[in-house]
Amino acid sequence: MRVVVVGAGIVGAACARELARSGFAVTVLDRGGPAAATTAHGEGNILVSDKGPGPELELAKLSRRLWPEILDGLPNRGGVEWDAKGGIVVATTEDGARELARFAEGQRAVGVIAEPMDERTLAAAEPHLTRDVAAAVHYPDDAQVQPSGAATALLADALRHGAELRTGCELLGARVEGGRLTGVRTSGGVLPADLVVNAAGPWSGETASRLGAPVDVRPRRGEVLVTTPLPPTVFHKVYDADYVGAVGSGAQDLQTSAVVESTRAGTVLLGSARRRVGFDDRIRPHVLAEIARKALRLYPGLAGAQVMRAYGGFRPYVPDHLPVIGPDPRLPGLWHATGHEGAGIGLSVGTALLLRELATGSAPSLDPEPFRADRPAVLGADASEGAA
Amino acid sequence: MSRHVVIVGAGPAGLAAAAAALRAGARVTLLDASDRPGGQYHRMLPAEYEAENNGRLHHGWDDFDRLREHVLTHPRAEWWPDSSVWSLERADDGTSTPRVHVLRGPADGTGRERHVLMPDALVLATGAHDRVLPFPGWQLPGVFTAGAAQALAKGERVVVGDQVVVAGSGPFLLPVAASLLEAGSDVREVLEANPAATVLRGWSTRPWELASQTGKAAELAEYTGLLARHRVPYRLGRTVVEARGDGRVEEVVTARLTADWTPVPGTERTVAVDAVCVTHAFSPQLELPVAAGCELRDGFVHVDEAQRTTAPGVYAAGEITGIAGAPASRAEGLLAGWTAAGGDPSDRAVRSVVRRRDQGRAFAARLAAAHPVGTGWPDWLRPDTLICRCEETDYRTLRAAAEDPATGAPRAVRLGTRAGLGPCQARICGPAVADLCGRSPDRAVPGLASASHHRRPVAQPIRLGELAAPPAGPPEKEGEQHP
Repeated sequence: MRVVVVGAGIVGAACARELARSGFAVTVLDRGGPAAATTAHGEGNILVSDKGPGPELELAKLSRRLWPEILDGLPNRGGVEWDAKGGIVVATTEDGARELARFAEGQRAVGVIAEPMDERTLAAAEPHLTRDVAAAVHYPDDAQVQPSGAATALLADALRHGAELRTGCELLGARVEGGRLTGVRTSGGVLPADLVVNAAGPWSGETASRLGAPVDVRPRRGEVLVTTPLPPTVFHKVYDADYVGAVGSGAQDLQTSAVVESTRAGTVLLGSARRRVGFDDRIRPHVLAEIARKALRLYPGLAGAQVMRAYGGFRPYVPDHLPVIGPDPRLPGLWHATGHEGAGIGLSVGTALLLRELATGSAPSLDPEPFRADRPAVLGADASEGAA
Repeated sequence: MSRHVVIVGAGPAGLAAAAAALRAGARVTLLDASDRPGGQYHRMLPAEYEAENNGRLHHGWDDFDRLREHVLTHPRAEWWPDSSVWSLERADDGTSTPRVHVLRGPADGTGRERHVLMPDALVLATGAHDRVLPFPGWQLPGVFTAGAAQALAKGERVVVGDQVVVAGSGPFLLPVAASLLEAGSDVREVLEANPAATVLRGWSTRPWELASQTGKAAELAEYTGLLARHRVPYRLGRTVVEARGDGRVEEVVTARLTADWTPVPGTERTVAVDAVCVTHAFSPQLELPVAAGCELRDGFVHVDEAQRTTAPGVYAAGEITGIAGAPASRAEGLLAGWTAAGGDPSDRAVRSVVRRRDQGRAFAARLAAAHPVGTGWPDWLRPDTLICRCEETDYRTLRAAAEDPATGAPRAVRLGTRAGLGPCQARICGPAVADLCGRSPDRAVPGLASASHHRRPVAQPIRLGELAAPPAGPPEKEGEQHP
């Protein structure tokens, strides 16, 4: 079986790796370079804490289980910078505290470890965090990777298992024979394929259109601030409980919520913002200012820290906030692995496993139904907001 | 109301731009990160301060002090010292001048204020800084850029060492050596990396273009004379390929170079020194032009005959358009300020300015031809030579990442090796990393920022507290100006 994976970001890399290891003849193509777009512009989240009970949480739990096993088998896992640091979600208002308690209880009911923290445990875990906190919950299973390092490590493993990489190669259209996708036309010529995986992230909508089976995946913009290296100040991934609301929101305008964490290099990453601005790549000072304001509410002591860099990226957004994984019944041969919005780094490995199980006809590790490509939200039925 | 022109950088180009914009009737805000105007003109050849020509517009302003005085006391001019532009925000409509986000106050002080300027036109005159290629031991104390050594010698009267080697490329090495000699250092030798053939060929083609630059030739002769009197050898085709020492520089190894800067084995010599000053070229400060969306050509900002960049409302002058010294920068500044203020570039008032600008461009081309940076220099690197000093990324690590197809794209190389991600944000190692990775940048993808090492959306470090505070000045809700 010949497979073409469109997109060399982390989802494409993870899919290529799974399929190559199962004996498929895989070609990964990307019009840019590996891990150059969405993958390189996130924080490297592997989170269970921000998801309520449902299919996405199940995919997150599966992925969280898979990550350490996969890393164990990667020769160059050092660059992945795996850090099972755990997450702490804090509520700063009484309303927020009640909502957080309810949310965590729902998660515990489906097996997520979510431990309420008292004032003392919180102060011990995050001594520089504001004391002005109404409630906090510890999620020991939250982890972080250096996303570009994780993607390139997965891709390198795919290449080791025979996959081929074509960069600077743009997908132009489909080759369809007898109603079936039999290959793709690219800037580098026609590539025959029995199976084409659309893993083009925020450009998946465009990719699917070029292949003749449009899906409603849109870009949603996010920004991150990076400080100069600091002495250890932030020890977990710490975020405001209203982050969950912002992630789940479909609003067009700017949504920000504080997400603070440090990296192995000593820098502190500050997020997060969500805006629907199409592919406008400008980094807007008022967005950065809003991120800074919210972050300082959690860590007032960081006011003197220097921001030396900011980066922004586009996340693949689907109106119902669920990834799209599996075959597209409208065009046999076309498969999707996209729509993970800000969770693609974490969910990549679970997505890839599920895709491979479906492609080989083995029993899927979780119910693939909610991720179907032909559900109304993906087919553009929710067109009320129009294309971004 | 008159046009508002914001000028970033108060070196020779920026000051001249301010003067010409005022002359054309504009309101001017001139800002610079330093506490006084002048930029890095100290590192320029001293004779360059005295322009040779009396253009009408230029007349009476040859003297830097008078130019400065004129601009700083002008009723339509505002001078903002200690001001850095941390962000340029392109307009939504794609046709308006970018907004200028400024931090006012000494960089090391607390409580800098955020300001947002919305000019009718923006002149970028941010200059250039020394470019140093990495070599083994370049991170040792005692290794200076020639520019830093000269600033210390001239500005602070501090010598960087008693026994000094000056190396690199370009005529700028000579005044640096002269400053060191005058300050009392023993300059062991001055090394020009390009061989005599390259330098002569570069300077001697189209000699008529040099007619306007006779001052420079005389001045170079003067420096050579000074070196001769002090018995300082000036050697071409040789450079420092290693600095050694226990905790600081104690000696350097020099080697002869081929025309493309490949070191010739067996030609190594060791020289005892306590300091070495190295500048291989100059790097234009391009983060603001790149943020404004200006097109670059051959590593410099591309401008038209009137100093307009390809970005709406944005003009460029001085060393960000090409390295040619202060007179050329000043001519460019005059023209940029004039046109930014709405002046007609074909006006008789600027005719001689245009001529001098053209001469400056020809001089820049000649300088670039006589003192190119060779491609063979990676031969003097060793696997453990640091390439990025901030993050201590060595050559071995960088090559391994660049040669692996999975990790070899520029962005992945940077994130994987951390080269260029430290506090200097690739200002020092960026060009070297780009050369060493031997690939063109990630192919441009619509909607995806380029991986250029000049791209710094946060152009200057800003404290979180400063960022969180609302901008000072007239109330205006951020982010809602461009509908």
